[in-house]
Amino acid sequence: MPGAKSATDQKAMELGEKEAMDEMEKKVQKYSRGQAANLGALRDKKLKGQLAAREKLYGHSAKAAAQAEKWFMPTERGYLEPEGLEKTYRFQQDSIVQEVDILSSRKAFDMILPLLGPYTIGYTKNGRYMLVGGRKGHLAMMDMLNMELIKEFQVRETVRDVAFLHNEQLFAVAQKKYAYIYDRDGKEIHCIKEHGKSLKLQFLEKHFLLASINSFGQLHYQDISTGEMVANIRTGLGRTDVMRVNPYNAVIGLGHAGGKVTMWKPTCVKPLVTMLCHHGPVTAIAFDRSGHLMATAGVDRKIKLWDLRKYEVINSYAARAESLDFSQKGLLACSNGSQLEIFRDTGGQDYKIYMKHRMVKGYQVGTVLFRPYEDILGIGHSMGLSSILVPGSGEPNFDTFVENPIETSKQRREKEVQSLLSKLQPETIMLNPNMIATVRPSRKKEKKTKKEIEDEVEDVVEAAKNTEMKKKTKGRSKASKRAKKREEEVLKAKRQLMEQYKESDGRPEKKQRVSDEVELPKALQRFAKSRQ
Amino acid sequence: MRVKVISRSTDDFTRERSQDLQKVFRNYDPALRTQEKAVEYTRALNAAKLEKIFAKPFIGAMDGHIDAISCMAKNPNYLKAIFSGSMDGDIRLWDIAARKTVCQFPGHQGAVRGLATSTDGDLLVSCGVDCTVRMWKVPMLKMVDTNDAIGDASQPSAIYTWKHAFWGVDHQWDGNLFATVGAQVDVWDQNRSEPVSSFEWGKDTVLSVRFNPGEPDVLITSASDRSITLYDLRMSSPARKLIMKTRCNSICWNPREPMNFTAANEDTNCYSFDARKLDEARVVHKGHVSAVMDIDYSPTGREFVTGSYDRTIRIFQYNGDHSREIYHTKRMQRVFCVKYTYDGTYLVSGSDDTNLRLWKSKASEQLGVLLPRERRKQEYLDAVKERYKHLPEVKRIVRHRHLPKPIYKAANLRRTIIEAENRKEERRRAHRAPGSMPEQPFRKRRIIKEIE
Repeated sequence: MPGAKSATDQKAMELGEKEAMDEMEKKVQKYSRGQAANLGALRDKKLKGQLAAREKLYGHSAKAAAQAEKWFMPTERGYLEPEGLEKTYRFQQDSIVQEVDILSSRKAFDMILPLLGPYTIGYTKNGRYMLVGGRKGHLAMMDMLNMELIKEFQVRETVRDVAFLHNEQLFAVAQKKYAYIYDRDGKEIHCIKEHGKSLKLQFLEKHFLLASINSFGQLHYQDISTGEMVANIRTGLGRTDVMRVNPYNAVIGLGHAGGKVTMWKPTCVKPLVTMLCHHGPVTAIAFDRSGHLMATAGVDRKIKLWDLRKYEVINSYAARAESLDFSQKGLLACSNGSQLEIFRDTGGQDYKIYMKHRMVKGYQVGTVLFRPYEDILGIGHSMGLSSILVPGSGEPNFDTFVENPIETSKQRREKEVQSLLSKLQPETIMLNPNMIATVRPSRKKEKKTKKEIEDEVEDVVEAAKNTEMKKKTKGRSKASKRAKKREEEVLKAKRQLMEQYKESDGRPEKKQRVSDEVELPKALQRFAKSRQ
Repeated sequence: MRVKVISRSTDDFTRERSQDLQKVFRNYDPALRTQEKAVEYTRALNAAKLEKIFAKPFIGAMDGHIDAISCMAKNPNYLKAIFSGSMDGDIRLWDIAARKTVCQFPGHQGAVRGLATSTDGDLLVSCGVDCTVRMWKVPMLKMVDTNDAIGDASQPSAIYTWKHAFWGVDHQWDGNLFATVGAQVDVWDQNRSEPVSSFEWGKDTVLSVRFNPGEPDVLITSASDRSITLYDLRMSSPARKLIMKTRCNSICWNPREPMNFTAANEDTNCYSFDARKLDEARVVHKGHVSAVMDIDYSPTGREFVTGSYDRTIRIFQYNGDHSREIYHTKRMQRVFCVKYTYDGTYLVSGSDDTNLRLWKSKASEQLGVLLPRERRKQEYLDAVKERYKHLPEVKRIVRHRHLPKPIYKAANLRRTIIEAENRKEERRRAHRAPGSMPEQPFRKRRIIKEIE
């Protein structure tokens, strides 16, 4: 019947529309940056109107961004899906490489450098350049887009860590005695002696701060645009080389030998947060891009996931890890000896194994790092470096004005100027970066007004009056007795309440002075005050 | 197994030829932009600082008069023309863009006290202390080459002599009438040699007059007996009168809300009134440290400019109790007249030092045409500045104005005096019976009474 068919069609169409609407709502949610303010409680009509207009504008912009997504974001996210009884973690790297396009298959490689290892690696923020540091003094910078070696040189002393500064033009290296800054051509620009024997380097690109932890457990922050040493903090928790920046709020997390994880900002000499995460030393720490999730690993054979809003464990897995890293899309990579495991959030922050990778037996993996804006995991190990394909790990769409993997030198220069102009001050590092320009809630307890107290007393009195009384015998239920009893009840209830308020006032009552007891006329009060 | 990884071919993301524009990709995901608020705050702070650096409001001075400038008039028909009259009787027409005199009128015997143009811009009315009203035909400005030397206008098209010296004149909007003030208020027709009607309420000199832009028959005057008087030409006598504690030197209607007007008072404040409710001022605009001499609204009605005897010009929001901007130069003396140009971007001030001065109304605004990109950037910076204006650092930078030492000291002194007065009153109240000395808001305090 044509009529029935069209009805079902219509139903299907409606369903489809509803789905599309839901999807749109979800997208809008992503761009709306939290809930709208509750304007119902506002009494000021003018302010209410202004804020309502503002909220409307926010809604419009979120919706516009969600709608523009289709046009502005041409690249789709990577994926790895099993068919039938297959499991994603059984797929070998070789088979993945065979399946993907030629361009991507070239990105997976193994570089065997047996002489100067073990190796550590670092990526620029846009994921285009890779820095390689061999323990025995081998430094190299590579352009991963064209797979070209830009510069390779040897410093002939221990290299502990490498880190790019704001772009690929400069990088810092933690060497045997001091940290050094080199430029793209391998020229030594600075030798930073103030940091001491630094073990680990991190760069806060929005603040232009180079942070390092040295062998005495001192945390240094140096502004590389002015050269000023912003902070020198003694952690007092011993030597550690477990350090990571939380990308969400630029707070630095340190993992210590006692099992503690501490979080630091340059303007505070005490840690912002100290958490006892493991029994035994912490071996690795990683932060998710959203800033709400932290992963830690310890020698107690545990990997723990923490909710940084509540500082509580979400999940704990029995596994060892020498290094951890979160990808842009929230995959978690862990290395253990020559084995690699990659976990994925299966909903509700329940991380399940997603991929496994085994290096050649005997290779010890030192560093794992996801390459930004690519589905690639970089691995620095004892015999060189490797990179493997991890589908679905990277952010597929970049923003030209935030980080551009394919930027020209002109764009790079422009970006450098812009980021220097909006360089953040060290004071802006805080646990909740959205605290800026909000009103601090008052600490004082709200006192009840006289009228409120009176109302409450009235209620209590009313309740006491209306209590049912037992019927008693032997003349004890006479009207006069009942009235007396009722009065007593009311007084009792009242007294209780008043005492409660007196207590809640908190302070012991002052003994009044003689002069205060006499109520002065208003005109004379100022003289009384001045005498005190 | 189904697998896909991110794969970007460089060709899709770069331009083909070097002449092409670079390709731009956007991802508005908030997760890519961490610490947004801190970044925005920093930008707001930098914008506030840059605004201070670029704040160069003074464009230039126009010299030519040989005595203090007493009055000015805008030409509604021609944006860059302004008339000025001086104390020696000279009347000039200036080209603001070239900052030159375009035309010099023969003028009056004594000081010129008032200038007004008709709405079509063809007629200029001037009056002065020589008891004459003179009407001038405005030369066709479009024909005049701005590079030309000073040209002399011919004789006035009419001269009417009257009984008393004049203090001000204003022309009706979209009509033939104009009003002069002096010992009395006279309403003239353009085509008659004698006033159509005259009003008198009290014996004191009337100082200024303004026609209402919305209701053409309503006009307002201020007089030296400290009164502000409303007239309706359809009635035979003045409508209402308000007496304040000090006199008003000048009055201006808000062109966008023509029921409101602002009076420039001798007591250093300006008072905004609703003409329907004269018993209290809507806003008291404070800031000057000496008598306010003249006031003019911007054509948008959101702002007005005042010139004062303390040698500064201030710009106020129509509802702001303190000035948004203070302009001064070393050479500018007491300011007698100010005008906001009809496009709302410039101010012209005439002062005791015989010069007209040209100012920008927004001190840091870039002159000339902005590229769309520059405009958008400016809008963005303005928006972040607005958003973070309450933060102490931004507020401090935006609020700060450098003042000449005498004015700074005078402001401090005034503050001390006012505080002392308040203190005294408070004590006086404390010694009186409770309730016998009710507290009056400042909006009402300077008003004595309203007479119907």
